[in-house]
Order: sequence, then C-alpha cells, then structure tokens
Amino acid sequence: MTTNMKKLPKDSFERITIDSSHAEKISKPSLSFWQDAWLRIRKNKAAIVSMFILVFIVFMAFVGPYMVEHDPEDVKVAHASLPPKIPGLEKLGIFDGEGKLGSKTVNLYELKKVEVNYWFGTDSLGRDLFSRLWKGTQISLLIAFVAAVIDVVIGVIYGGISGYYGGRVDDIMQRIVEVLIGIPTLVIVILMIMIMKPGIWSIIIALSITGWIGMSRIVRGQVLKYKNQEFVLAAKTLGASDTRIIVKHLLPNIMAIIVINMMFTIPTAIFFEAFLSFIGMGLQAPKASLGTLINDGYKFLEYQPHILFFPAVIISLLMIAFNLIGDGLRDALDPKMKD
Amino acid sequence: MAKYITKRVIYMFLSLFLIASFTFVLMKLLPGSPLASASKLSVEQREVVYEKYGLNDPIPVQYVRYMGNLAKGDFGVSFQYKNADVTTLIVKKLKYSAILGAQALIFGTLIGIILGMIAALKQNTVWDYGSTIIAILGISIPSFVFAVLLQYVFAVWLEVLPVGLWEGWKSSILPSIALAMGPIAIAARFIRTEMIEVLSSDYILLAKAKGANWFEIAFKHAFRNALIPLITVLGPVAAGLLTGSLVVEQIFAIPGIGQQFVKSISSNDFAVIMGTTMFFSVFLIVIILIVDILYGVIDPRIRLSGGSK
Repeated sequence: MTTNMKKLPKDSFERITIDSSHAEKISKPSLSFWQDAWLRIRKNKAAIVSMFILVFIVFMAFVGPYMVEHDPEDVKVAHASLPPKIPGLEKLGIFDGEGKLGSKTVNLYELKKVEVNYWFGTDSLGRDLFSRLWKGTQISLLIAFVAAVIDVVIGVIYGGISGYYGGRVDDIMQRIVEVLIGIPTLVIVILMIMIMKPGIWSIIIALSITGWIGMSRIVRGQVLKYKNQEFVLAAKTLGASDTRIIVKHLLPNIMAIIVINMMFTIPTAIFFEAFLSFIGMGLQAPKASLGTLINDGYKFLEYQPHILFFPAVIISLLMIAFNLIGDGLRDALDPKMKD
Repeated sequence: MAKYITKRVIYMFLSLFLIASFTFVLMKLLPGSPLASASKLSVEQREVVYEKYGLNDPIPVQYVRYMGNLAKGDFGVSFQYKNADVTTLIVKKLKYSAILGAQALIFGTLIGIILGMIAALKQNTVWDYGSTIIAILGISIPSFVFAVLLQYVFAVWLEVLPVGLWEGWKSSILPSIALAMGPIAIAARFIRTEMIEVLSSDYILLAKAKGANWFEIAFKHAFRNALIPLITVLGPVAAGLLTGSLVVEQIFAIPGIGQQFVKSISSNDFAVIMGTTMFFSVFLIVIILIVDILYGVIDPRIRLSGGSK
C-alpha cells in the first residue's frame, strides 16, 4: 500500500473543503401533503383503475343522455320493450335487436318496423334505456354527492365545535349524539321519506338527517387530538382567534380523514337511494335513478333481462370504484392505518 | 363496569323513547287514511270506525295511550289485517326472518372467517387477491342486485331452487345466500387485517422460535386472538342483515317481517309500521349494547369509556 502511494504524484490530489452549510441541504423538492399522497396512491393499481371507471361513469352521466336522439322521459308505446341494438355489433351476434316473442327468438326491430336504434333497448313504455340509464346515474350521483357534502359540513361544524370548546358544550353536544346514534339509519330514512313527498330533496334530507353523526364523532376525536399540540398553542399565543385556529390550523390536519370518510359516505348514499327506490319509496316516474331503473328491470326480469342488466352493472361498478378509491386513499393519506 | 352498563341502558331507553315519539308524530303527519276505502264510507260510518280505534281523541291523549301500551309491549292492532294484534303479527312473521337472518349470519361469518384466514396466511398471493376481490364485491354490490341475480340464475334459468315463497327449507337457501354476502365481506376483511397484525406480533415469533408448526401457529395462537375483535362487527352486520331483509324478502316473497314492513308502508297501516319500526330499533340497539358490553368482558384490555375500571 504505502509503496504504491509514493508513486502517485502529489498534484493528482486536491484538497476539498466541505462547506458545512450544505450538510442539511434537501436535494429533493419538498412535496406537499397531497403530492405525497398522490405518489403513494399512484402505486395502487385498483384505485387508479377505479378512478378511470369513475371518471368515465361521471362523464357519461352528463354526456350520455345527449349522445342519442331519444329523450329519457319520452314515452313511445309503439317502441315498447325493444331489446338492445347497437349498429356495428350486430355481426357478432350480440346487441342485434333480437329478442324473445313467446318462445321464438325474432328480430323485434324488423317485426315492429322500428327504423331507429335503441342501444340499450327500451322499457315497457318505450322509453330509451340508454339515455334513461345515464340520466338516472346522474341523479343517483347527485343525490349521493349532495348528501355526502351535507354530512361533511354538519359533521365538521358540530364535531369541531364540540371538540374544540370542550367542557360543558362538549358534554351536552355529545349526550345529544349518543341518543341520536342509537337510532338505526334504516328506520329514520324510511320514516322521513314517508312524511315528505318522495323526490330528490326528500331523499337527500332523509339521508343527511343522521348521516352527519359518524363524521362529527370522527372530527371531534381528531380535534381533541390536535387542539392541545404545540402548534395550536403557538397560534394562540400569537393571538389567533378561535375561528382562525379551527379553519387554518386544525382543519388542514384533519382534512385527510374527512376526505376518506366522504369516499365511504358516497357509496352508502348511492346504496340507500337505490334501496329506497327498490322498495317503492324513491323517485316517482318518469324521473329515473339507478334504483328505480333496477326496480323496473326486476319486474320484467324473466323476458327482458337487459332492462335490469345495465343499471345493475353501473351501480355495482360505482360502488366498487368508490370503495376501492376510498381504500386507496386511506392507505395513501394515513399510513398509520395501513395493514 | 356496572356504571358503564347503567349509563348505556339509560341512553338506550332515551333513544327508544325518541324513536317512539318520532314515529308517532310522523304517523300523525302522514297524508292518507288508514282505512282502505275511506272515501266510500259515509261520515257517520267513518266516525264510528275512528271512535273505535281512538283516532278521534286529541293527539296528546293518543300519544300517552300509545306510549303506555308500548311500555307494556302492546303495539296496538293492525288496520290491514282485520284487527290482528300487531305483536302477534310480528311474532308470527318473525320465524321466517329469524331463520333467514340466522342462516345468513352463521354461513356468512364462517365463510368470511375462512376467506380472511386464507388471505392473511397466504398474504400477497393469488389466494389473498381472490378473497380480497370477493370481499370488495360483497361490500359493494347491493344485496338486491345480488338477490335478483341469484334468483335469475338458480331459480329461473337453472330451475334448481324455488323462485320464491316459503315452501320449506329449500326456499330459504337463495335468500340466505343473498343476505350472507354482507357478513362474508365484512368478516373476511376484518379477519384478514386482524390476523396480519397478530401474525407480526412478538408472541408469534416466540412460538416460531420454539418450533411450533405452521398449523399450531395459525390456529392455536393467531386465530384465537384475531377472533375476539370480530364481535365488534356484529353491530354493523346485524344492521346490514335487517336492511337486506327488507328487499331480499320482497324479492323472494318470503312472508317475513321485512316484507310485512314494506307492505304496510304502501297500505298506510299505522300500527304495523310503528310496531315494526320499534321492533327493528329495539333489535339493533340491544345488539349494539350487548356487543359493546361483551367486548369489554371478553377483552379486559379494552377500557370502556365512562367506566372507572
């Protein structure tokens, strides 16, 4: 070793001084909480696929009804109960407009001399099921989304106040919650629908009347966890008002949990809307939602299974997508909860 | 513990009182008359009928009477079924719903536990993904979609099982499976998470170090500890079964409480609606109470809030 060293000329070495100020340098760009979450959720294939499916369904819910020339509420008795017919797919032997007439399989479009195509067929009143499906999806999504937003707003305000102010206020507010939480959602939703006329808003109100309780408890728990931490004390010392502390300091910290919970509230709302419609307490015809479409389809299941097929697939896809995105978000936003 | 239970029981009664009052008010606000052909009756006839059922008394009097009867377990008489006693009616229908519910619960939990265990023991393999997919489908697909699918495939298409109605045990198979999807999914997910957590704990490592075989570790050590917290999901599972029974009984025409409830809604049968609502509420609230108390008893590590030891 030492002999080799001697052979090397002195000037091939150079003294480098280390600038100690660079020791703590962060070479990677700093990521915000949501950027970080995105990096993590991107690896979750199921969640990403679900996002694409969800975006597609939402897109179709708004564009779908205008893609065909038929109106979703237009009754045309002459075109009643037609099977699906999609031009281009006829050669494959599917969606070719053939359906059962008695025990024979015939092309009902030729039989009834229908010139136009109904991609997903028609129902017993001759309403176009393609536009009805997407219109119904739109309404189901609207109900679920609005109900979820109301739950979040009331839940955050109630839970925030209860947790932040604590003491007597918290005591009274929590006693109320403890009584309310005993009431089963199913019972309250059905009773509420019964006094209000079935419609979009009565379903939304019925769903939100106890829906916020879960959210309020989560928010309260989180607020209790954070409110005694140093950064809140610092903000207080600097003279921040209560509102400012709640909105600027506490809310951003509990945002993740709120978003995760909303992702699970939406499918629950979609389910309850469909459930109500299925037992005949939902929207009234000619309005459509996924639930009413499934209910309609169920009545004609034996001879026209296509009426049930499409809404059943869409509602299942929606529920699966929301649940998978919710799972993905939970893993990505809250690594502690990961298994 | 005693303090905690007392507190919970008081809240339980408060909740029930609130539901009962709420139900009563709603029924009074409800449009429509309970008499099937009210418009055909003369004013005098209607008066007689209203008098008979006490519908002419002032609302507060009706309320006090209703609550008093309720406390005695008397839900009044049905308008729909020729004065049938609501309590008797519920008890009569309960049999079918109870059979379906119990079968779904037992079958669902067992399958769920098996799926969850397979998933946890063979983590990140095809087995794991398979059972996770089943769990996701079970949670996501609404029970009525699943019920209709089962009915179509097994009863209409393959014609191996009855389409509906109650004709012996065979009729209960399809509705029970439809109801069991929820419990399967919930139990499978839960057991998987619990097992994975337990399997990574120190005492499992110790068991491995001592040379315990795979079977012993899985069943003697891990499974038993993973099973305890499963009791906590019993509440949501019961609620899910109840919700499901309303539609599943409707689809398969099972003469149970769920179908009765849906039928009463469309016929404005006040007494039956109120009776069934109260029954559902008592059922769910008591189950949740029992679950919470049981959990505290079984697992002493859980400190129930409010109970000072």
